[in-house]
Amino acid sequence: MSIWVDQNTRLLVQGITGREGQFHALQCVAYGTKVVAGVTPGKGGQSVEGIPVFNTVENAVHETKANCAMIFVPPAFAADAILEAAEAGVPLIVAITEGIPVLDMMKVKTYLKSSPSRLIGPNCPGIITPGQCKVGIMPGPIHKPGPVGVVSRSGTLTYEVVHQLTRQGIGQSTCIGIGGDPVNGTNFIDCLTAFEKDSDTKAVVMVGEIGGSAEEEASEFIAKNLTKPVVGFIAGLTAPPGRRMGHAGAIISGSSGTAQAKMEAMRKAGITVVENLGKLGETCKKVF
Amino acid sequence: MSVLSGKSNSYRNQLIRRARRKMKIHEYQAKELFQKYGVPIPRGKVAFNVEEAKSAAAELGTYPVVIKAQIHAGGRGKGGGVKLAKTSSEAEEVAGAILGMTLVTHQTGPEGRLVRKVLVEEGLEIEKELYLGMLPDRSTAKVTIMVSEAGGMDIEEVAASTPEKIIKVQVDPLLGFEAFQARKLAYGLNLEPDLVKLFVPMVTKLYKLFGDYDCSMVEINPLVITKDRNMLALDAKANFDDNALFRHKDILSYRDLDEEDPSEVEASKYNLNYIKMDGNIGNMVNGAGLAMATMDIIKLAGADPANFLDVGGGASEEMVENGFRIILSDPTVKGVFINIFVGILRCDILAQGVVEAAKKVDVRVPVVIRMEGTNVEKGRQILEASGMNLTVASDLTDAAQKVATIAKG
Repeated sequence: MSIWVDQNTRLLVQGITGREGQFHALQCVAYGTKVVAGVTPGKGGQSVEGIPVFNTVENAVHETKANCAMIFVPPAFAADAILEAAEAGVPLIVAITEGIPVLDMMKVKTYLKSSPSRLIGPNCPGIITPGQCKVGIMPGPIHKPGPVGVVSRSGTLTYEVVHQLTRQGIGQSTCIGIGGDPVNGTNFIDCLTAFEKDSDTKAVVMVGEIGGSAEEEASEFIAKNLTKPVVGFIAGLTAPPGRRMGHAGAIISGSSGTAQAKMEAMRKAGITVVENLGKLGETCKKVF
Repeated sequence: MSVLSGKSNSYRNQLIRRARRKMKIHEYQAKELFQKYGVPIPRGKVAFNVEEAKSAAAELGTYPVVIKAQIHAGGRGKGGGVKLAKTSSEAEEVAGAILGMTLVTHQTGPEGRLVRKVLVEEGLEIEKELYLGMLPDRSTAKVTIMVSEAGGMDIEEVAASTPEKIIKVQVDPLLGFEAFQARKLAYGLNLEPDLVKLFVPMVTKLYKLFGDYDCSMVEINPLVITKDRNMLALDAKANFDDNALFRHKDILSYRDLDEEDPSEVEASKYNLNYIKMDGNIGNMVNGAGLAMATMDIIKLAGADPANFLDVGGGASEEMVENGFRIILSDPTVKGVFINIFVGILRCDILAQGVVEAAKKVDVRVPVVIRMEGTNVEKGRQILEASGMNLTVASDLTDAAQKVATIAKG
C-alpha cells in the first residue's frame, strides 16, 4: 500500500504540449506511470508520443477514465486549470506550476472546500510512490520502495532527504511535496493522517521551513494522533528575520515562525529533530 | 487573545510583515490609486526638488502645508521626515532640509535611506485618527479587513496590548465584500451616522482596489476624521503580490529602483532570487528550501553565508554564470559553495556549465562544489579535469568541512 497514488493511478497532464509539460509527462511514463491523456485547449485530436490530447479535462476523463491530473499550465491560467479538473470530478489534482497569484488560489481553495477533489501544491514537486507511480518532477531513480513516508514543503530539499534515505538503504512508501506557497491544497496534517492510516508506512520524515505555523500545528497533531516514529528537519535556522527567502511562506519575525520555535514544538511532540541536514539519513537509520 | 480567528497576535504581526515584503510603492503613488477609486485623500503633489515643493505649496493656496519624505519605509514622522510649514518660506526651508537627507527609521536599518522626493499636502484640522488595513490570511484563504479606533499608532502594538480595540471581518473570495461587513466595521469604530455614510462607500471602494490590483496589503494609518466632519486617508500604503504583476503593468511602472538593493535588482533581472547577508561564504543553490538548509550547514560548520541565492529548481549554464557574477561582485566573499541537486538534468551537463561559466567571469576565490544526481561521477571528472580552483565535495558533510577550511584561511 501507499497513499494517494499507486499502480491504479491513471494520469492526465494539463499543459502537456508545453516544453515542461511534455518533458515531465514523458519522464513519468519512463518511470512507469500510466499517463493516459493530455489536455491543451485547441490541440484536441493531436498526440504526444502516443498520448492522446484533448481540448477539455471533461472529455479526457470521459474517454480515458483518468483519475489524477498533473498541471503544468502557466501561472496566469493555472487556477482555471485546477478548477476545470475539479469540475470534471478528478479526485487527485497535482499542481506543479509556480507563481500563481494569491487571490486566485484563495478562490480555488474556497471552491475546493465543497468539492471531493484533493489538491496537492501548487508550486510543488508532486507525489511519488516508489516503484509504482510518479506524478511530478522529482528524479525517479533516487527513490526506493520501502516503509518511510516523506512529507515536505520544499522541492530540491526533498530530493536531498530522499537521496540520503535511499543511500542508507531506507526505502519510501510515498513522498509528497506540499509546496511552498502561502495558500495551498493538501497540508502536513492531511499527509500525516494518511500515513498513520497506511499499513505500509512504518515511519515518517517531515521536512519544514521557517514561516507560518504549519509545522507547529502538525507537531501538535503528531503528539496526539501518530503512533509511528517521526524524524523532522526545519530549513532556515540562519535566515535573517523579516526577509523573504524565495517562498512567500518563508518569512520569520519575532519569535514566531522561527526555526528554533518550530524545532522546539517538534521536540515537545516527541519528534526526533535533525539540525544538520547532512546527518538526516544517519539519524533515520538509528531511529527507524 | 486573537486578532485573526484562532491565531496569536504574533502570527498576525507576521502576516503583516510578510505582506510588506512584496512589491512596494510610495505613499504618493498609493494615493494616486486611491484617488482613481474615489477613496478621499488630502490635496497634494509630489516634488523632486525644492523649487517644485515651493510651487506645490503655493498651488495648494492655504497654509499650513505638510511636507512628507517619500521612501519605502515606515516611521518617517519619528525620524524627522514629516514636517509642517506655515508659510511659503518655511515650506522652502523644510523641503530643503528633508530632500537629500538620510532618513533613519526603525524600518530602514542604521544606514538609513536617502530622500529623493517629498509629498506636499494641505494641512488638515484633525478631530480623530482611525486605522484601516487589508491583507490576505493564509490560514483561512480569505482577505482580512481590520479597523481600529486606535489610529495613528503602531498597530502591532495595539494588537498586542489591547486586541479588543481591533475589529475585523474576513471576506469570502467567492462572495466578495458584503454590505453588512462594511456596517460591522463602521459600527465597530463607533462612528456617528453622518460618518457611517462616508465610511461604508470608502471601505467598499478600497476593497475593490485591493482585489483589482492583487494587493498583498493596503493600509491607511491614520484614516482621519476632520473638524469639518470629513473622512480622508492621511497616509496610504499599498503592496502588491509579485506573482500577479503580469496583469498590472501600470503598477510595474511605479517600481522605484532607488529604494532597492542594487545587487538584488541585478539578480532579479535574471530571475535569480538573491539576498545579501553579512558573512564571507557566497553560495549558489537550486531551490529555496535547499538554499536555506545550505546556509544553515555553512553556519553549523563555523562559517557565515554571504548571501542567499536560489537559481531555481533547474540550473542552466546561464544561471550559474550570472549567479557567479553577482556573488563575486561582493568584495567580502572569500569562497563560494555551489550546492546543486541536479534532479532530472544530468551532472555532466551541469559540470560543463560551471566550468564554462567560471571561465567567463574570472573566479578569483576558491570554489567548493557539491552536486548530486544522474551521471554524478562523470560530472566530478569534468570538474577535476578542468584545472580550475574547484574542490569537489562528496556529500553535504564533506562540503561543509571544506567550506569551513576556506573561511578560516
